[in-house]
Amino acid sequence: MIKKILIFVLILIPVNANALIEVDITRGNLNPLPLAVSPLSIDEVSRKSFEKILKKENIGSEISNIVENNLRTSGLFNPLDKKAFLQAPDIANLKPRFEDWNLIKAQALITGKVNYIDDKLRVEFRLWDVLAAKEMMALAFTTVPNNWRRVGHIISDKVYERLTGEKGYFDTRIIYVSEEGPKTQRIKKLAIMDQDGANNKFLTLGNELVLTPRFNPASQMVTYLSYFKNMPRVYLLDIETGTQEVVGDFPGMTFAPRFSPDGKKIIMSFAKDGKSDIYTMDLENRIVEKITNHPSIDTSPSYSPDGKYITFNSDRSGYQQIYVMKNDGSDVKRISFGNGLYGTPVWSPRGDLIAFTKLHKGKFYIGVMRTDGSGERLLTENYYQEAPSWSPNGRVLIFYRETKTNSKGEGFSAKLWSIDLTGYNERQIKTPTDASDPSWSSLLSN
Amino acid sequence: MRLNKIFKNTLLVLAACLVLSACATKKEVATDIQGQMQGDVYTGTDTVEYLADGVPDRVFFATNESILTTASRETLRAQAAWLRKNPNINVVLEGHADERGTREYNLALGERRANAAKDYLMTYGISSDRITVLSYGKERPVDSGSNPLAWSKNRRSVTVKAN
Repeated sequence: MIKKILIFVLILIPVNANALIEVDITRGNLNPLPLAVSPLSIDEVSRKSFEKILKKENIGSEISNIVENNLRTSGLFNPLDKKAFLQAPDIANLKPRFEDWNLIKAQALITGKVNYIDDKLRVEFRLWDVLAAKEMMALAFTTVPNNWRRVGHIISDKVYERLTGEKGYFDTRIIYVSEEGPKTQRIKKLAIMDQDGANNKFLTLGNELVLTPRFNPASQMVTYLSYFKNMPRVYLLDIETGTQEVVGDFPGMTFAPRFSPDGKKIIMSFAKDGKSDIYTMDLENRIVEKITNHPSIDTSPSYSPDGKYITFNSDRSGYQQIYVMKNDGSDVKRISFGNGLYGTPVWSPRGDLIAFTKLHKGKFYIGVMRTDGSGERLLTENYYQEAPSWSPNGRVLIFYRETKTNSKGEGFSAKLWSIDLTGYNERQIKTPTDASDPSWSSLLSN
Repeated sequence: MRLNKIFKNTLLVLAACLVLSACATKKEVATDIQGQMQGDVYTGTDTVEYLADGVPDRVFFATNESILTTASRETLRAQAAWLRKNPNINVVLEGHADERGTREYNLALGERRANAAKDYLMTYGISSDRITVLSYGKERPVDSGSNPLAWSKNRRSVTVKAN
């Protein structure tokens, strides 16, 4: 579905202006950059056409709202109140009066316009450096009208990239497990939504227990655990066609699946006779390889972005700890040595860090450490939380959190949360039902 | 003076409340745990069902452990004896973990616990052909409480008739 929607990007003016604004994303977001997102201007004919097709009164404002919301939730930007804007959207897009924008303390300005051309949605936008009184970037997109939300996300990504120097993460989706019902009989379904919570869809009906969905970094495939026919097995699901299949032919439970960075292999655990070992299956030739061979529990494997190493969870020392090995299973090294138990290691897409869950003295932490185990940093503490998943740019972690029940066992909930690598900007991601096991997709475009 | 008296009375009442409530909590905890846990292994019978007269269906484990306790071995011997008398019955051993662990590790731990029970049944003459192992990890607790007693009931392997 996503694959088939083409978005034509046209660079209006070569971008090489010397940027004066730079947003430093390695520090905490104590001073988010004030910027103005002017509503995209739209002529009356275009407005009416889109109103008819999309049932949105002003698609220009709707798209700019998406941009504004994305930039705000990143924690790095502070979009200013539109009521304070002095210049009309159409004029601002032609030539901003920088002194007006300066007056309301905007350091950057986003303007643009929307047209209805040959049944298509054409959006152009410009990013301006207010203090330097310069255009920093100008792009135009043409796509089918239904794609309007993605246009908003792509604009957000372009602005984020131009101002921070790193790729954005807004044109992405989250796959997760939707949860309903009492704790003792939870109904779980696979669900997918845009990164900002829009377009929520259920992918399974809830007839069987499903757990731990993970995106293929190279395509719109998903791997997950299903209890179909009461046999816990790793499955592969094509979310465009809805077709699914069991991964491999194992005489027992397979679980904890993840894709290799090139998307060509699935790495997972297979449990037999009280031992769990790590295996891979090549999705092209179906060849299965055993990677670990130990009487302990070896699980939660995750590849380094270059595919050369694997981090995993093992209790071979007696308790759950994090290990790193070469991709053939050789050279196993324990890397977690702090107090407590460590689980769910996930290698950052930037390669430099491993995120994990830690259990210590009855509290659960989400943290990161370098790939040799040094520099452990705990980002958040709670009664129960686990299973971090990285944003594709390696700057944000999404995970799930469960509440403690009262003495009668009531009051249970499970929600998705995200936090910046800096430890700042912790926020709940709203879902229509309770939710767990989130996995972040790669960028859908560019 | 009068005010002073009221104040004193209030204090007395407050003090009495404190004593009472302290007693109440202490007593509650004591009856909850006493006789129902040994170390952190559940020894109660609240949640236990029976495969037949005197044959309990489940065994319990300590946190992060899959070692069978003396009581668990006794239960499994009773199950083995019953299975020998009923050779046409097959069983599924469902292994479970409590909620205080990561999901994937708990799936493995449930499998390890159910296998500990399976191995024991096999040493008492039950063929592995008659036993299937199924781990639910922490997905199917019997007690939804967030307290040590609830967790101890949930760390279990349950023997379920398959036919």
